[in-house]
Amino acid sequence: MNTQWEVVIGLEIHAQLATKSKIFSGAATAYGAEPNTQACVISLGMPGVLPVLNEDAVRKAVIFGMAIEAEIAPYSVFARKNYFYPDLPKGYQISQFELPIVGNGHLDIEVEGETKRIGVTRAHLEEDAGKSLHENFHGSTGIDLNRAGTPLLEIVSEPDMRSAKEAVAYMRKIHDLVRYLKICDGNMQEGSFRCDANVSVRPKGQIEFGTRAEIKNINSFKFVEKAINHEVERQIEVIENGGRVVQETRLYDSDKDETRSMRSKEEANDYRYFPDPDLLPVFVSDELKAEIKAALPELPEAKKRRFTTDYKLNDESATILTASRELADFFENVVKISGCESAICANWITGDLSAALNRADLEITESPINAERFAGLVARIADDTISGKIGKQVFEFLWNGSESADEIIEAQGLRQITDTGAIEAIIDTILAANEKQAEQYRGGNEKMFGFFVGQVMKAMQGKGNPAEINKILKAKLA
Amino acid sequence: MHNKTITELAQSLRAKEFSSVELTQHFLNRVNQHADLNAFITVTEDLALQAAKVADARIAAGTAELLTGIPMAHKDIFCTQDVKTTCGSKMLDNFIAPYNATIVEKLNAAGAVNLGKLNMDEFAMGSSNETSFYGAVKNPWNKNAVSGGSSGGSAAAVAAQLAVCVTGSDTGGSIRQPAAFCGITGIKPTYGRVSRFGMIAYASSLDQGGSMAQSAEDCAILLQAMAGFDAKDSTSVDVSVPDYCADLNKPLAGLKIGLPKEFFTADLNADMAATLETAINEYKKLGAEIKEVSMPNLKYAIPAYYVIASAECSSNLSRFDGVRFGYRCENPADLNDLYTRSRGEAFGKEVKRRILMGTYALSAGYYDAYYLKAQQVRRLISDDFKNALNEVDVIFSPVTPTPAFNIGEKIANPIEMYLADIYTIAINLAGLPAMSIPAGFINGLPVGLQVIGNYFDEARLLNVAHAYQNATDWHKQSPSL
Repeated sequence: MNTQWEVVIGLEIHAQLATKSKIFSGAATAYGAEPNTQACVISLGMPGVLPVLNEDAVRKAVIFGMAIEAEIAPYSVFARKNYFYPDLPKGYQISQFELPIVGNGHLDIEVEGETKRIGVTRAHLEEDAGKSLHENFHGSTGIDLNRAGTPLLEIVSEPDMRSAKEAVAYMRKIHDLVRYLKICDGNMQEGSFRCDANVSVRPKGQIEFGTRAEIKNINSFKFVEKAINHEVERQIEVIENGGRVVQETRLYDSDKDETRSMRSKEEANDYRYFPDPDLLPVFVSDELKAEIKAALPELPEAKKRRFTTDYKLNDESATILTASRELADFFENVVKISGCESAICANWITGDLSAALNRADLEITESPINAERFAGLVARIADDTISGKIGKQVFEFLWNGSESADEIIEAQGLRQITDTGAIEAIIDTILAANEKQAEQYRGGNEKMFGFFVGQVMKAMQGKGNPAEINKILKAKLA
Repeated sequence: MHNKTITELAQSLRAKEFSSVELTQHFLNRVNQHADLNAFITVTEDLALQAAKVADARIAAGTAELLTGIPMAHKDIFCTQDVKTTCGSKMLDNFIAPYNATIVEKLNAAGAVNLGKLNMDEFAMGSSNETSFYGAVKNPWNKNAVSGGSSGGSAAAVAAQLAVCVTGSDTGGSIRQPAAFCGITGIKPTYGRVSRFGMIAYASSLDQGGSMAQSAEDCAILLQAMAGFDAKDSTSVDVSVPDYCADLNKPLAGLKIGLPKEFFTADLNADMAATLETAINEYKKLGAEIKEVSMPNLKYAIPAYYVIASAECSSNLSRFDGVRFGYRCENPADLNDLYTRSRGEAFGKEVKRRILMGTYALSAGYYDAYYLKAQQVRRLISDDFKNALNEVDVIFSPVTPTPAFNIGEKIANPIEMYLADIYTIAINLAGLPAMSIPAGFINGLPVGLQVIGNYFDEARLLNVAHAYQNATDWHKQSPSL
């Protein structure tokens, strides 16, 4: 990329709050139901019906605010954002405008080893719209209002990001956080987590921001990076060709990998925001704040710090293991149940288990091996009952079955042989059958040692204790 | 049967002098007989007789309440499950709600018999019932005169004794003004006293349902069944509802009545001034003390009201877009055409006018000058009332500048129509309860006295009205039809 330009990015992330019912009605929020089966009279915007605020949505917004060390407004107000669209049943969206529930906060991201603080301007509660369905309606548009009224937390960042990579890191960080806090399921395919990116460029050293374009509705980490990079190139090209970037809303087309104009500033709606007279201001009391604070889970940063100090994990392992609350809990359970060194627990979780989960596209919560059975495996490796190599075999049995590691080791006869007499007898047989190679070793060809280890292991079906084999073999070949 | 109070009718029903079915049939006959008044949009004859039958069974079983078996009717702004709710508009001429308004639910539970749905100004926007898609309501006292509005059908139905009592709603005077024009009693309770759930919104921060009847006592009985906190309406207030009938006969000795000097000026119509003076003298006889109060910001009430109400209505009426319910234009060419023609063809002039005013007032660049300023004025007006009500128990005023005007007289001049709301509008801005009680006649047309009280002081208002009605018989006059 041209190095005389600086990129400025701010993100507006929409996180769907994981409440059972909608933000202003009792209708269910579950994804994937038949169209309009989760649209109650309030979701439909029928005449005379009124919104009633779901307190759980408020609670989840406050939890988020506290996690980013933000100001929690003691008093926030719902406002109507007025515009006409068929999937917006009331002709206005209930949102928050002048007085959002979450004020100034921040979050640290890491890009290429550097830590950077990104400001969060605000986060506010609002209701989602429905969906317009353009297929199979013979030229008409179908409206599905199941999603209408689903609670959203719109998290608005400061324009603090300077590259698409930073934007992705920030989006991932928020994504990890909301799932950590269990306030959003983070499912991007289902639209539970999506973002709009405000992108502008300016000559390096210039203080004023360039004119920005807003790229709407990006629903994957891959697309956010591609969309921003594409938009940055477009803007630089416009300016370098003597043009001017116009303030507008653009849509990212992932199929064509391009952004295209949706509407300009002149065409933008005048949303005519005003306080919603159907809803009272939201008061968050000190008691509620204290209660939520007390119940706040350990946050990823703090957990990572604790994992590196208490468990003496390296930075990489600590990062991987604290990426989700469930994985971190799994690790801590394995350590507790197995009573083993944390390093070996961490290695086996971040190694074989993570690889297997990835292959099967499973979350840790869906792992076929629970913490107790996994701890059984790690314990047997740690106490030398089996070697690491045999451990991989046992792991396969654990993954595909339901027995414990001990049952598998017994049933499959995988117990490591440490009986020196048995090892000696096998070594003697092998040395007798391979005198030539023994001479070569004694003659200075040290590579031959590996040959003998391999032969012995093979004869012992991999169950020989490698340390014992080495010791006896060394002595016999001396 | 039709000139009795609720209490008298309840006694007769229990004494088996007649059944609720007979009583209901009697009122249905009257509704049909006086259909020319145009008070009803929908008459639910079969449902009413069914409900009457159920009521008779309850009465026989001894589980009846005061309102059980009493024929009443709802303003067509309240949603009724399985019965058309039009809100006086072509937009909802085909609309049947799958739910009941909370107050409909409550009155059904009390066993009241609903005769049908009452005519009203379109979406409650109007002061003469002339904006109704279903035509103007005639004033039972003079069929050339308007019934008032927006609860014009409600007021006319009670005045003509087509229903024992009715529901109404009041955003800027829509219960009190038609009550005054038709010579009946009506109460607009404190904002938040009666649930707004299922009452089609005009201006959400001002709208309030209430009761209308021949007397303060009947208003009290009906309001009793309507009032109370509703979890489905966030703006309804969780304050316990007192027994509105318990204090009806409390003596008025020592009652302090305030007269706003801004309302009692030389500009007040001489006949109106004389009529009110007679009423005030009656109160003096009952032991009340009269005191002048001042509310300097009242003069800003009309502009503030029309900014706020229009702003809210411009947003509230956005849901009528032809997409999910209500009127949809024929063969829309595209989405924009669907919106503009559905709304253009189904909304009447006055509704369009207020949507346009409200949209303008909320627009970028105008919001601060209009909406925000109007809200500030609203606060000042509320403070004026609070200060006055610190000095006095109730405030008296005219309800209207004149008695009912003629149909067609003002409809072409919206400003003149708006200015006639001068005495009622400020009360909605403040959210206070107020009543209109019949206080005499000018040229054969009834006029009302407005009694304004403190927040949640409905019991006192009803007491003040009832005492007057014990001493006078204005409320007992009925038109010869």
